[in-house]
Amino acid sequence: MSHHPDLTTSVIKALGWLYLILFAMNAAWTFRSYSRKADVRITGVWGIITALLGMFAIAHITGGSDPERFLIRMPEFVKSFIDLGADPVTYFCGSTLVFIAMIVLRKWWTQPTVAWIMLNLSILFLALSMTDYDFRQIVGKPDNVPIVSMLFIVGFFTWLFFRRAVDNDERIAAGKPLYEVDNGGQEKVLVWPDLVYTELICMVVLSAVLIAWGVALQAPLEEPAAASRTPNPSKAPWYFLGLQEMLVYYDPWMAGVVLPTVILGGLMALPYIDFNKKGNGYFTFNERKFAICTFMFGFLPLWISLIILGTFLRGPNWNFFGIYEPWDAHKLQVLNNVNLSEYFWLDWMTTLRIFEPGLPIAPAGADFGTQVWAIVTREGFGILLVVGYLFALPPVMATTIFRGMFMRMGFLRYMVFSNLVLFMACLPIKMVLRWAFNLKYIVAIPEWFFNI
Amino acid sequence: MSVGDYIRDSQIWKSIFRHPAPVDRRNRVVVMLTNFFLHLHPVSVKQQGIALSYTWCMGGITFFLFLVETVTGVLLMFYYRPTLEWAYNDILALRDVTTLGIMREIHRWAAHAMVITVWLHMYRVFLTGSYKPPREFNWVVGVLLLVLTLLLSFTGYLLPWDQLAIWAITVGSNMARATPFLGHEGPGAQILNIGGFDLITNATDARFLLLGGRFVGETTLNRFYILHCVAIPLVVAGLIAIHFWRVRKDGGISQPL
Ligand code: HEM
Repeated sequence: MSHHPDLTTSVIKALGWLYLILFAMNAAWTFRSYSRKADVRITGVWGIITALLGMFAIAHITGGSDPERFLIRMPEFVKSFIDLGADPVTYFCGSTLVFIAMIVLRKWWTQPTVAWIMLNLSILFLALSMTDYDFRQIVGKPDNVPIVSMLFIVGFFTWLFFRRAVDNDERIAAGKPLYEVDNGGQEKVLVWPDLVYTELICMVVLSAVLIAWGVALQAPLEEPAAASRTPNPSKAPWYFLGLQEMLVYYDPWMAGVVLPTVILGGLMALPYIDFNKKGNGYFTFNERKFAICTFMFGFLPLWISLIILGTFLRGPNWNFFGIYEPWDAHKLQVLNNVNLSEYFWLDWMTTLRIFEPGLPIAPAGADFGTQVWAIVTREGFGILLVVGYLFALPPVMATTIFRGMFMRMGFLRYMVFSNLVLFMACLPIKMVLRWAFNLKYIVAIPEWFFNI
Repeated sequence: MSVGDYIRDSQIWKSIFRHPAPVDRRNRVVVMLTNFFLHLHPVSVKQQGIALSYTWCMGGITFFLFLVETVTGVLLMFYYRPTLEWAYNDILALRDVTTLGIMREIHRWAAHAMVITVWLHMYRVFLTGSYKPPREFNWVVGVLLLVLTLLLSFTGYLLPWDQLAIWAITVGSNMARATPFLGHEGPGAQILNIGGFDLITNATDARFLLLGGRFVGETTLNRFYILHCVAIPLVVAGLIAIHFWRVRKDGGISQPL
């Protein structure tokens, strides 16, 4: 238990401002509903919500004389429930499920009202969570503020995309002109004033935001550098935390060198392997389903959400912590991961008896060739799997699931493409193997720094 | 005659601004062609090319943030000395003493923001399919800009020389140690030896090249400072020029065919 108070007067006051913003947002929404002559009952409900939020705001701004007894806070049972499910498996599977739901339910959640309710709920969740000391410690760090806003901004633009894409897909299906064509998008306008003024306004607003942000939050400066005192956890800059998270599953040469290279190479190759001519210059989902799903899977669950994971949920010793859990450096996590070669030679061979069980080792002082042979036999099964994955799967996929693509792409494009897909898949695959079988390495040759 | 008119009528004003503020169509065209800053733009564009819901304005915002970084960065350079003796203290002084110390805050927050906006820009370009012919190459230029933006941010991270800085850079640059063949703990490095003499050691590998030493120290600070303030910004500025040039030469912002 932390002896720090969850609530203090200044926190309550600050939250008051957040509720005030929420109040203003919903007041505008109620007005919108009213001016669009929506059902009176609906407008009424929004009115009541707005009033409630207003009361919340007043309670916070005026209250706080005795923070210990302040009532509006995240209930303990919710906190312990959320912390209970806090582990990488739930997190990653959860974000993948949300990702799938986002695509499948795109017609539903892009309705403005649904999106508005989701926005309200997530801000409310954030505000309530802020009443927790440990949550505040990590989310309230000045360096982490942009990451929280990034979550909302990425969410907003993803929403905007799906909204426009759903609309366009319906237009295409009905044989009507695209949104981009229908709304005067193809008319020519003069750059002065239309664009120049937009730019000017944009620059003024952004400058104001940056100055306000700079006044409000002080840039972090910790103790002077000391090579002898390693902080725990030591984290890379936030935009590389997705890569640091991969280190849990792969060795540095994969997570830090090969995979980033493949990501960048893949991005550069993208325009040359996507042969689909459709969907250039307008938003659409149905016309380029595969491309969009793949790219989004890489960007949302594998990049953005791993950054969130690395920033907010990884604590000392890179252990996983729930959002309300104190970062305890002594939290114990049992790690008894097993190599595939150990499974193969110790477990399976004991049962199957095809080969003599026991890891093959070269006798001490054996010559170089014998040593190499011992290593290769020891890891033979894993090597076979990896080679098969990289070299046998592409032709197999070319004749099965990617058949149509192979025909249209041609050999070279297809090989580049299939390898990129396989490399992208290798992270989730390793994650699942780790969680399901405690698998450490598929190929483990520490002698050569070659572990996969 | 008002003061404004008097100023606008003066020889000095007219010598700077080659054109009066344009009010009619002809002059609005001419101003775009005769002004150095505006001539980056075409004279007229399709409505869609400037619609915020289409471009999300993210490329433009990224560019603006790059300019903000340049200006605040130059101001910071007046105060900051990249040596073990001074680096930390100079940052401390920026926080506590220097009048325009807020430059550091703006520089840092704008850097974080730029990383986010460059991702969103890429996201938008992908989602509108704008990387498709004829814009493939500009996408590639964009990917290079993305990498360089991250590297700019990464090299800048070290400069305050506090615990946050050196350990983040240590964690990040430890990866280089594992580069296949080129890092001394990377697969294949052992093969590179001549007569029992290792070519790749912790004093010759990729990490050493990056850090200028076996660990993050003063030489690293110097290297990162020069990369951060001179080398990378120059390359980025050049690539941005090519990027903008190509946006126009490839037919402006993408349109439905
Ligand atoms: C420092 C980084 C960058 C800057 C300053 C920048 C700036 C811009 C600007 C101002 C535009 C005009 C349209 C718009 O604002 O959306 C643009 C277009 C474009 N950018 Fe970037 N960009 C950067 C990075 C990137 C990246 C990372 C990519 C992709 C990987 C990219 C690919 C493109 C493409 C293909 C276009 C043409 C879009 C179209 O025709 O619709 N750029 N860029």
